[in-house]
Amino acid sequence: MSNRRPFDPRLLRRVPATRRHLAVLGLLGVGAAALVITQATALATVLAEAIHGRLDRTALAVFVVTVAARAGLVWAQGVVAARSAAAVKAALRVDLLDAVGRRGPGWLAGQRAGTIATLTGRGLDALDAYFTGYLPQLVLSVTVPIAVLARLTFADWSSALIVAVTLPLIPIFGALLGWQAQAATERQWRRLSRLGGHFLDMVAGLPTLRAFGRARAQVDVVRRMADGHRRATMSTLRIAFLSALVLELVATLSVALVAVPIGLRLLGGGLTLQTALLVLLLTPEAYLPLRAAGSRFHASMEGLTALDEALTLSTREKPGPGVTATPREAAATPAPGGAIRLESVTVDYGRTVALRDVSLTIRPGERIAVVGPSGAGKSTLLGLLLGFVTPTGGRVVTGADRWPATCDEPGLVLVDGAGPADVDLDAWRRRIAWVPQRAHLFAASLADNIRLGHPDAPADAVRRAVRAANLDDVVLGLPDGLDTLLGERGHGLSSGQRQRVALARAFLRVEFAGPEPLILLDEPTSRLDGAAEAVVLDATRRLVAGRTALLVAHRPALLREADRVLRVDDGTVRELTPDRPAPDVVATA
Amino acid sequence: MTPTTAADRTSATVPSPTPAPAGTGGRADTRAGGRGGGGTPAGARRLGAERTVLRLARPYLPRLVGAGLLAAGTEIAGLALMATATWLLMTAAGRPELDTLTVAIVSVRALAIGRGVLRYTERLAGHDAVLRMVTDVRARVFATLAARPGPVAGQRSGDALSRLVSDVEAVQDLVLRVLVPAAAATVVGLLAVAGTAFVSPVAALCLLAGLLVAGVALPVAATALTRRTADRVAPLRGALAVDAVDLTQGAADLAAFGATRGALDRAGTRAAELARLERRLAVTGWAVDGAGTLVVGATVAAVVVAALGADVGGVLVGVLAVGTLAAVEATLALVGAARQWTLLRAALGRVADLLGPDRPAAPAPAAPGPPVPADPSPPMPAGPAGAGSTPDRAPGGSGHDCRLDGVTVRYRAGAAPALDDVHLDLPAGRRIAVVGPSGAGKSTLLGVLTGTVRPTTGTATVDGTDLFGHDPERLPRLVGGLLAEAYVFHATVRENLLLGRADADADELAAAAAAAGLLDWIRQQPDGWDTVVGEDGAQLSGGQRQRLALARALLAAPAVLVLDEPTEGLDPTAADAVLDGVLAGLDPRRSLVLVTHRLRGLTGVDEVLVLDAGRITQRGTAAELARRPGWYRDQWQLQEAAERGYLALGPA
Repeated sequence: MSNRRPFDPRLLRRVPATRRHLAVLGLLGVGAAALVITQATALATVLAEAIHGRLDRTALAVFVVTVAARAGLVWAQGVVAARSAAAVKAALRVDLLDAVGRRGPGWLAGQRAGTIATLTGRGLDALDAYFTGYLPQLVLSVTVPIAVLARLTFADWSSALIVAVTLPLIPIFGALLGWQAQAATERQWRRLSRLGGHFLDMVAGLPTLRAFGRARAQVDVVRRMADGHRRATMSTLRIAFLSALVLELVATLSVALVAVPIGLRLLGGGLTLQTALLVLLLTPEAYLPLRAAGSRFHASMEGLTALDEALTLSTREKPGPGVTATPREAAATPAPGGAIRLESVTVDYGRTVALRDVSLTIRPGERIAVVGPSGAGKSTLLGLLLGFVTPTGGRVVTGADRWPATCDEPGLVLVDGAGPADVDLDAWRRRIAWVPQRAHLFAASLADNIRLGHPDAPADAVRRAVRAANLDDVVLGLPDGLDTLLGERGHGLSSGQRQRVALARAFLRVEFAGPEPLILLDEPTSRLDGAAEAVVLDATRRLVAGRTALLVAHRPALLREADRVLRVDDGTVRELTPDRPAPDVVATA
Repeated sequence: MTPTTAADRTSATVPSPTPAPAGTGGRADTRAGGRGGGGTPAGARRLGAERTVLRLARPYLPRLVGAGLLAAGTEIAGLALMATATWLLMTAAGRPELDTLTVAIVSVRALAIGRGVLRYTERLAGHDAVLRMVTDVRARVFATLAARPGPVAGQRSGDALSRLVSDVEAVQDLVLRVLVPAAAATVVGLLAVAGTAFVSPVAALCLLAGLLVAGVALPVAATALTRRTADRVAPLRGALAVDAVDLTQGAADLAAFGATRGALDRAGTRAAELARLERRLAVTGWAVDGAGTLVVGATVAAVVVAALGADVGGVLVGVLAVGTLAAVEATLALVGAARQWTLLRAALGRVADLLGPDRPAAPAPAAPGPPVPADPSPPMPAGPAGAGSTPDRAPGGSGHDCRLDGVTVRYRAGAAPALDDVHLDLPAGRRIAVVGPSGAGKSTLLGVLTGTVRPTTGTATVDGTDLFGHDPERLPRLVGGLLAEAYVFHATVRENLLLGRADADADELAAAAAAAGLLDWIRQQPDGWDTVVGEDGAQLSGGQRQRLALARALLAAPAVLVLDEPTEGLDPTAADAVLDGVLAGLDPRRSLVLVTHRLRGLTGVDEVLVLDAGRITQRGTAAELARRPGWYRDQWQLQEAAERGYLALGPA
């Protein structure tokens, strides 16, 4: 809701094609201004002759040709503006999504993911109104008034003076009243948005209202709130529309201000009819583009806001704390094996400190359970190992002290708070099989969703993964089996089935990951009930058997798989020993 | 060329002929392909949606007609201003007496002011009328949704929900951006033709032809082009939106599996393809606007030639020419209105479906089915307070008996039953727990008890009368509580809790909050009970949300309290504490049906039912079941062992 400039100069840098489009729009604007003058002159000539009952064929022909040319210009302006809109939208979409890829998932936490998804989708489409509606008028509002004023000065300088004095009133009043309206709107804003959001809130909560027998009683409340919204909106509009009123008055009154004196001067014979008519026809043309731009500005605000957001979000700036940047010149592919060591790692997100000075070694073949209250930093720990999170202090090193060698080997830096990393994160992640708390189902077939683990996996490998993840019965229950489309507009899966898809991904990953995969499980059963949990646990057990694994466990059931148990509490990590060793554990401590 | 009309047209309509400009239309159109059912495909039902929606306009008809007349008046004032000014100049050129011009001079000034004032009142009147109408639409849509059994549209997806809201706004656009400008343009056109016919019938014919092209042919062409554009662009935009969701919501998955690059490339290709299509479609789309300009000029030329040919006086030729210019430009507003309307159709269709019939859906008649045979279920030990089927009308009047007899539920004919011949006797004060693997029928059982799932055979009764004969608004007072997907409203903690029982006093609020383990958190908040919990309770953690929903259910205190996974999302220690608190604080006259996957803490209930594949396979006290071989014992041992291990890890 801030004062937006009518054009964002960042656009020229980010989408170079815009320069060309703007230049063409400028040329078309100059042409349009010339045609406005020609058309008015021709019509004035036709009418000045017509008073004597004569038809000036030449002038009429010029008028018709000019109109045809103007029609062509209108079309060309529209096409160029639409091209510009299409180019800008395509470029910004790619930029935005690239920013997602570049900055990694840590940056996307919380609301930002939703913002970017909406922005990339329909948010940027609001730019159409800006480019095709507002921008061409903005160009015309520079070229046409200048041309009209110049022509009027030649024809009748006193009328030109009136126009020259009143013309600036449009942007000045527009701005003043705009601020006024905005201040009024902002005072109302909280109230308006609360009232406006009420309907959505009520509809979203309808099942709950029904559960308490309050749904029908709430109809009246909805009506009352909607009526309150109407009253609040109307009192805002009474002020907001004042600006339109004043602008309208400036434009129409100046027509009267020009027409009446030249009429009187015609009486005195101080002016030819043709000149008088030209002045009358041209005067409104001077105000037209400014008012059109003004009235379309509001409609294009949504687009400008989206543009500003998109340009800001996709800017290539330094990432904030806790966010992984692409390693600059790091390209080392970590050799398999070796321990992973956290060296005095601190992760400070600004509002909260997720980990404080944590040192920890994960040796090959260990299965480590991580427990602790929610929000204690368990997921951050996994984020560090995935390279999603960069520590604000300390570093994570891989390949250190090759098991079972000395402890002095430096190893490769995976993520470091102080400087660039050594490891190519993509190569590093190829060793990792990750099962998140809530795996995302992509809008693709089930098979392709599993193939995320290894895109080139042959069909029988996918089937093996399906079996290993206890997903067979799910596949059987789907209309097209493995080819069933999932995701946004496809088939939904229950939480338990979703987790088994994630496990199938992990099985596939592990099969192709090379000799020593690292398995990271982030509370894979936290949302499941007993039976679903049992199925997932069964598959999980098979996945981690004999492999290096870090298991974040909110539910107790996973702890039985662990060789070591770490308790994360308020950012610190404490080593615990399970009260009973699991039967199949080889102690590694 | 003419002063005022063109600019106003733009303020009333969205000018872009390229697909989906800002606003509701764009949203609706992008999603047009995304929602099956419910929505009406554009053009499939001729104007049915518009008619349904506009029926709601009836109470506001005088206001709307007034707004339309004011809009027409505005256009006419603009036309008259230019025509009078031209008359003034052309007459003045003949050097008449000044007196002959006085009226014209005054008129020019009056029209100049009048036009602005008319526009201002028109906009206010139009918005006032339409906002009143939208108020009705919201209330009606909500009433329809409230009366409709089953899930609310888009209950699962927030996106579908916000679409519902913007669909309602489409009604506003239909009136303000389509109907009012179209009505004004039509009135102006007709008056202009009539006025011209007085001067010269031939010129009037020329004007009529021009107006028909500008007001009928071009809008029809614009509609067709806009629809074609929307049809071709919508699937691509939809696909791109899905790409965006996958890339953002699935960013971590993609990154972890090194698949980000490929997904980015695919989305980039799609964006480029969309841009190509938009560029191509703009070429034809904007041709309509070019043609509009051409029609204005050609009509003026034709009117001038015709008038001169008919020997109309010179001054009037000028007036006709300038008037024609204004009239045809005003009529071009119909092009914008047609585009807007095309984009609104899908949304209007969805709204019309939700406006539904006038009557609120009455509860269907009681379930068929013969009188119930005697209860064949094994006898149950009496609960602590209630005994047998005698209604325990305690002073609070809260004791009610609830019974299920031979209840079978089949969601589809031929499918395996979700509930299979279930008998359940729930005298006042009895507390039971229902456990079992997922898919065993627990949710269906709760659905039957709370009146949302109708038994295929068998009966559900409260105090001997059919449960489905109760008013669905009052049934929750008898049977209800914490059901799946409890929603936290964007309101204060107090308001959220009072939803359970509007007349609860401070002590009752505190007691319910304490039992759910929420009281400490509330007291820690700077605003205490008046803490506003964010949209969908966003400012609450998952655990606090759950506690809030539980506290609300406890406050509601229906005769039969149903709790579906009340401790979900709480860690084991907290879960134990909360469940103990709930059981301890429960009024002994009230019955409890607790559905849970967690078997700890069930010693406090009278009986545990194990449900498997729709049948009650085991029943008994928690202690008995833990000894008897079966699902319960297996699950109990599994959970106990694991939880003991977990608790041992807690801070010593």
